[in-house]
Amino acid sequence: MNDWNGDWNPDEERLLDAPTVRPYVIARGRTEAQDRFDLITLAVTIRPTTGAEIGLDPEHQAIVRLCRRPLSVAEIAAHMDLPAGIVRVLLGDLFDRGFVAVQEPQPEVDVLDERMYRAVLDGLRAL
Amino acid sequence: MVSGRSDMPKTPTPKMPKAIKLLIAGGFGVGKTTMVGAVSEIRPLRTEETLTDRSVGVDDLSGVEAKSTTTVAMDFGRISIGDDFMLYLFGTPGQERFWFVWDELARGALGAVVLADTRRLADCFPSVDYFERRGTPFIVAVNCFEGAPMFQLDEVKLALNLGPDVPVLLCDARKRDSGKEVLIALVKHAYSKRPAAVS
Repeated sequence: MNDWNGDWNPDEERLLDAPTVRPYVIARGRTEAQDRFDLITLAVTIRPTTGAEIGLDPEHQAIVRLCRRPLSVAEIAAHMDLPAGIVRVLLGDLFDRGFVAVQEPQPEVDVLDERMYRAVLDGLRAL
Repeated sequence: MVSGRSDMPKTPTPKMPKAIKLLIAGGFGVGKTTMVGAVSEIRPLRTEETLTDRSVGVDDLSGVEAKSTTTVAMDFGRISIGDDFMLYLFGTPGQERFWFVWDELARGALGAVVLADTRRLADCFPSVDYFERRGTPFIVAVNCFEGAPMFQLDEVKLALNLGPDVPVLLCDARKRDSGKEVLIALVKHAYSKRPAAVS
């Protein structure tokens, strides 16, 4: 887990040689879907799994359970302790089979949207 | 039975917030994760991106066990803005050689805060260069470490060779209110730099 305890060093930046075999197995060696979703693409479950679906692994089921509320790819990855790339592959499966809906992030062109800036500023001021 | 997309029942998609990305950059140990943690509504989480050869084919698992894979860890936090927007704050990886992660993080980002430490001002040069080159709106926030030499903000601006329109402000990365002010300054700056405003 990526939970922090009291002794964390906030700016510790780690360069890890992670064990890669397990994630690769979970994703069945697939890496091609890795560019499909942004780190902040949000996913939400729209159809619960029954546990009897063919081709859904425990990791898929875990994502379906996690995403009862919208969560970003980065959050799913952190909660599951999996590299973001693997989560993208699994999320792609779930999206293709209609278990989750995804919301792509605000595209750069929409950054023209004045209302968005106003809402964000108001929201930050109210913190 | 397994339903494909074509025969699955139509479920109304719930209304989802739009996600917005802000970056906190700067040198190693300058307080990026501290700032993320100070303003985030969740404890900072860590996600990892793996640097692999993304063109590797589906069946090409040969050598996976021997492959040297570089994993870059990023800390991030979240601020919900009503039901409409979700603000994600990502601390950029300190080592600038991980450009592939920077590029991904910067794509679609509203703007960036470059955190600076006056004792090691040069540490934030790469971040400043990167955002200038990419055209990402950014501001510089000088984290006030105890015992660090106090400079006038103009001096910092000069030392970093910043354009006249790049805001520079002081902050305390540990304090929520201070982090909040920094983010407000960033969003205001990004607003002023949006393409419609500059034209």
